[in-house]
Amino acid sequence: MLDLLIPSFLRPDSASVQAAKVDAIFIGLLLISSAILLVVIGLVVTFAIRFRRGSAAKRGALPNIVSREFEIGWTAATLFVFVFWWAASIEIGAYSAPKNAIEIHVVGKQWMWKTQGPSGTREINELHVPVGAPVRLLLTSQDVIHAFYVPAFRLKRDALPYQQTETWFQATKTGTYHLLCTEYCGTDHSRMLGRVIVMEPQDYARWLTRQPERDGLADLGERLFSERGCSGCHAAGSKVHAPSLAGIWGQSVPLEGGRTASVDEAYIRDSILQPQRDVVAGYEPIMPSYEGKLSDGEIQALTAYLRHGTDRFDLIGSLNLAPADNICAPGQTPQDGTANQTLRSPALVPGAPVSGETPQ
Amino acid sequence: MSGASSDASSLANPRELDLGLPVSYLGEGHSVASWLFTTDHKRIAILYALSITFFFFIGGAAATLVRLELFTPQGDVVGADHYNKLFSLHGIVMVWFFLIPSIPTTMGNFLLPLMIGARDLAFPKLNLISWYLNIAGGLLTLAAVLAGGIDTGWTFYVPYSTVFSNTFVTLAVLGVFVSGFSTIATGVNFIATVHYLRAPGMTWFRLPLFVWSMYTTSLIFVLATPVLALTLILVIAERTFGLPIFDPARGGDPILFQHLFWFYSHPAVYIMILPAMGVISEVITCYARRRIFGYSFMVYALVAIAVIGFFTWGHHMFTSGMSPFAALVFSFLSFIVAVPSAIKVFNWTATLYRGQIGFESPMLYGLGFLGLFTMGGLTGLFLASVPIDVHVQDTYFVVAHFHYIMVGASVSAYFAGLHFWWPKVTGRMYPESWARFAALLMFFGFNLTFFPQFIAGYLGMPRRYYAYPPEFQVWNVLSSSGAAVLAVAYLMPLGYLTWSLFFGARALNDPWNASGLEWRTTSPPPRQNFFGNPQVLAPPYDYHPEATPPGDEPRIAEEGALT
Repeated sequence: MLDLLIPSFLRPDSASVQAAKVDAIFIGLLLISSAILLVVIGLVVTFAIRFRRGSAAKRGALPNIVSREFEIGWTAATLFVFVFWWAASIEIGAYSAPKNAIEIHVVGKQWMWKTQGPSGTREINELHVPVGAPVRLLLTSQDVIHAFYVPAFRLKRDALPYQQTETWFQATKTGTYHLLCTEYCGTDHSRMLGRVIVMEPQDYARWLTRQPERDGLADLGERLFSERGCSGCHAAGSKVHAPSLAGIWGQSVPLEGGRTASVDEAYIRDSILQPQRDVVAGYEPIMPSYEGKLSDGEIQALTAYLRHGTDRFDLIGSLNLAPADNICAPGQTPQDGTANQTLRSPALVPGAPVSGETPQ
Repeated sequence: MSGASSDASSLANPRELDLGLPVSYLGEGHSVASWLFTTDHKRIAILYALSITFFFFIGGAAATLVRLELFTPQGDVVGADHYNKLFSLHGIVMVWFFLIPSIPTTMGNFLLPLMIGARDLAFPKLNLISWYLNIAGGLLTLAAVLAGGIDTGWTFYVPYSTVFSNTFVTLAVLGVFVSGFSTIATGVNFIATVHYLRAPGMTWFRLPLFVWSMYTTSLIFVLATPVLALTLILVIAERTFGLPIFDPARGGDPILFQHLFWFYSHPAVYIMILPAMGVISEVITCYARRRIFGYSFMVYALVAIAVIGFFTWGHHMFTSGMSPFAALVFSFLSFIVAVPSAIKVFNWTATLYRGQIGFESPMLYGLGFLGLFTMGGLTGLFLASVPIDVHVQDTYFVVAHFHYIMVGASVSAYFAGLHFWWPKVTGRMYPESWARFAALLMFFGFNLTFFPQFIAGYLGMPRRYYAYPPEFQVWNVLSSSGAAVLAVAYLMPLGYLTWSLFFGARALNDPWNASGLEWRTTSPPPRQNFFGNPQVLAPPYDYHPEATPPGDEPRIAEEGALT
């Protein structure tokens, strides 16, 4: 029906079970509201022409039919149409995901998306899913509120800090689709973009097996990152105003004076040794030089860590919380100590080396 | 303005009798102090008109830069941070320092006492204080802008505004907080005035609909604004003193902020639209020469919108993780609140039936209002449907929808009222053909600006993006071109209305042959509004005998007689 009524350039990609339903409701509402709008505008224009000042149209007292009952009639009719409209757009069943859905954990962060599949595969600003399988998203955020929006799936859900929200979709068409942040989240809100890649199941399986493991170099880098004090400023939640390095690899960053730099080995090395040279726009040049303080091997390890591993660092390291101190379910009082390791946000749990006892 | 109309008490029409009348309110003192310390509701209305015009063009300048940036998909005119500050400035200034005060504090202040036959508002000094509060709030917010701006958007969502933003949030929020007391004071003043100062014979069901709209708006002012004040104080407390209220890292709840904020801000939408409905009821009846169709239903509809409007705030939060059942209840209530709005549209349309319709500029704005309000209202129902809202929430579809209501409808009504009562306020006539041209240009420019945004939104373009995927460019180019047309259309009245203050023809007391009590005095009115004591003998909109006998107070329409 949609295909007949709306030309293709006015139709967004439709690639999920939900999209087809939303579009059907939308078309229905479009028809009702166009009819109402046409009636109103039609009457206004007709009256304006027919009863223009000095026209010969018959006037005088209103006919008997136009009375109080008339008013009650169209009040009731409007109420009926609107309640019908409301009832037609209820989708109770659409709220809960099927039991067999693939679980994907999504973490929003200024200004990137991190996703983690059931087997621990981590992605940044990308999400690979198989076509035809229901996918359940569990969302949270590390800082401010973000919203996970895939227009082609008609899917949107806010990612709230320290809380979990969820939604689900089932892709119906392979392809690459926009992933956008739609809750304003600061400077680079409009660059918090990603891709959802819908694959044939066998391609998805092949893709899963190809996911790289982190090497030892990156692990060394991660240790150096905190030992040498990098994390003191560059970790999320740091009091010092320094750019976060999570997911920065391969990105283009704006520099002072309107230039941009692409983050690669050379840029990272320069930034460590000559930090005053290419300062990211909006930040003070406060970083000291590490010339002579880090060996080449150590710089390589840090670089490897930034290339492969910041997702892990950010997921676990930056949320270095004693959860009970920070996260309270309603009615729950904060407890001290690290014994209670229940993380309220399960996005942090799967595949992560949670220390301490198993949650409750 | 005082200089321009210094002899405004002289008669507009030599055929009108010189009754040796005292000078008009404009002639009562020409010093700056006589304006800044006035307690005359009419002069305070002029003060408000000047301040909201100033803020309108500040907000408009920000919008112009925003649209300029969006002409291309890349961020090229301004940087990301500047863009964020621009749309925040646009939103904050337009909502709190233009739209909310616009019709109530200018036309409401000027006309409410005149329409009910009173000498002034109930609390004239409070009225003056409320203007100073409004100015103080506006200056605080502008100070925040000059200091470096604020980048939270007009919604101040936490935890971004309290923990993460490095801009001047506290100052701007304080400005909005202070201006809130201005609207509360205005609301109290209007409610007391309508209750206690009605002229003999002006019963509740003889009140012009504009007065009813001011009354219902004032109820919202008084009941909703304190919630905003509370919320903003909590934001300031968290940001400045580290009091953990909304910050989730310390056990706070950011969703609580959204509930509190929208509990005020959804009724605030009705603060913007109810006065517009009041103005349109006056304008359409006058230029159709008809009684309003279904007066009592129009009154009940205003009250119903004001009351039900308090229970629909949750529809702003369908994607925030609200329980699906709560969402359905809020969805249902949002559909219900649309019913009285629809009734009003049908009644205005029916008012045109068998009228003698003239197409003077206020009526052009009024008819434009009808179309744009219907469009805005119907698209609001799309947003009230949960599955559709999940798709278009926080996209340009929402932006287009609320601009149809707040700009298409409210600002059209503001201009309708401004032209309709201009002769009464200033004693001068404006150039009619210019005004008609501006009205048509505004309608055309508005639709060109905002209609493409519905399409961009449905295709998935998020709001508050300074750079966007290139496939949306065609809609943004259309929208930005429309904005250029709209900018010209908004500048035109500034030009010809100012011109008319100095060179416009003298206005008759009742140039439109309208029925309201405000036309039963001189143009411009004297300080005490009426000579003698007005008495009301008939229902409003007494344009033709029908069911009730004609019989307002004695009146020689063409000559602009006095009560």
